[in-house]
Amino acid sequence: MKQAIALEVNGDTYEVLVSPNQTLLEVLREKLGLTGTKKGCDLGACGACTVLLDGAAYLSCLMLAVDAVGKKIVTIEGLSQGGELHPLQKSFVELGGLQCGFCTPGIIMTAKAVLDEEPQPTEESLKKKMAGNLCRCTGYKKVLDSIMGATARMGGER
Amino acid sequence: MTQVLLPRALDELWDFLEEDPNTAVYSGGTDLLVNLRGGRINPSRLACLERIEEIRGVRDAGAAVFIGAATTHTHLLENSLVSSEFPVLTKAIRVLASPAIRNMGTIGGNIVNASPAGDTLPPLYALDAEVEIVSRKEAKRMPVSDFIVGPGRVRLGANEIVKGVWIRKAPEFNVRHFEKVGLRKSQACAVASLAAALSLSEGGKIERARLAWGSVGPTVVRSAEVEEALLGRELEIQMLAEVARLVERAVSPIDDVRASAQYRRIVAGRLLLRLAESGCKN
Ligand SMILES: Cc1cc2nc3c(=O)[nH]c(=O)nc-3n(C[C@H](O)[C@H](O)[C@H](O)COP(=O)(O)OP(=O)(O)OC[C@H]3O[C@@H](n4cnc5c(N)ncnc54)[C@H](O)[C@@H]3O)c2cc1C
Repeated sequence: MKQAIALEVNGDTYEVLVSPNQTLLEVLREKLGLTGTKKGCDLGACGACTVLLDGAAYLSCLMLAVDAVGKKIVTIEGLSQGGELHPLQKSFVELGGLQCGFCTPGIIMTAKAVLDEEPQPTEESLKKKMAGNLCRCTGYKKVLDSIMGATARMGGER
Repeated sequence: MTQVLLPRALDELWDFLEEDPNTAVYSGGTDLLVNLRGGRINPSRLACLERIEEIRGVRDAGAAVFIGAATTHTHLLENSLVSSEFPVLTKAIRVLASPAIRNMGTIGGNIVNASPAGDTLPPLYALDAEVEIVSRKEAKRMPVSDFIVGPGRVRLGANEIVKGVWIRKAPEFNVRHFEKVGLRKSQACAVASLAAALSLSEGGKIERARLAWGSVGPTVVRSAEVEEALLGRELEIQMLAEVARLVERAVSPIDDVRASAQYRRIVAGRLLLRLAESGCKN
């Protein structure tokens, strides 16, 4: 039995018809066409599906869409403002913080949550807080460099 | 599964559970969703506990602290009452899963899931925590070691849920230690883990000892023999190495994809040696 729900994604409200067992990830990708959020392991172990719920990093593959009702959801598509990439996105582009790019949206969403809470993290703290996002190309060096680069660019701002 | 229910109060939850006995409860869903999609469970409906205020948050009850079942790991990490009274629990949660899973997963889910590798369990056993179980009609408490009877098996009847855990404050413990050995540093399931709470006298002698091992038996392991062997001794490496032999006999690990039983047995004993570092500091 499908259920009509309203989801607030990137500031817009979407009314969608979902099955109770559909994950937020499936609804974002398949119903809303927001395919920036990636389906990696689909078991909560890789971080590719990370989105923000009320500002905190959540795994959209381990969450039912109906359970996200009433929360503010932000996906990678919601980071740029007026056509301008977010400083984190710019930093990843300029410093080459990606290779295949599949894990990148999840990494950037986690990094956004981290910097919102701790605008100038040490590399040690950053490593701990990014521990749930796997990347199989970069070896993480350039990922961390890109996030650290963004902190400089943002000067402690969000 | 045909419906997801989002009750805001326990009374609402009881109605849902009585309406359809095949309704399963969940909080963060980080264990339940994996099982649901793996086809290992097939409830007709789900009721989410996260919005029920009565079972969320940490409450100071004087001699003890109450932690609501639907409190997330992240919330517990940030709670100063928990980190000052029960640092052994905080240390364990710091290495539980990943930041995002800690934002979603709850202590109640960790307890009811009853995995031998559940990271909050060794601290809860070492702290002699009690689980509070509620139904519409009654509330009761039992030690966590009675509540958990085997891997994934707990003493929870129909239409009962875990309301939370009670942990007595124990300021007499001046050494609070947790270590998990996994196959990598972060987001690793425990191959073996140890939670310890010890009281050392001014002269450095062990006056009280509570130790609990994870992932080396069907449930968390405590051993009266090991705890007694430590009493009156000083935390030095030779003594700990002797007692480690007793630990090897007390545990009953299995072979699985992560490690062999023999490796786990040895590691369970060796985890004790790290306590020598706490001995020096005091
Ligand atoms: C990738 C990954 C890595 C993980 N790593 C770790 C790890 O390192 N260490 C670790 O300990 N765990 C780990 N876990 C397991 C899991 O995240 C934890 O066990 C978590 O605490 C479960 O909480 P939850 O609220 O998500 O549980 P849920 O999935 O909501 O529930 C789990 C079970 O408990 C029942 N339940 C939940 N709350 C109650 C209640 N109040 N009363 C009665 N029944 C209840 C549910 O019916 C279900 O059977 C990991 C999981 C994943 C997916």
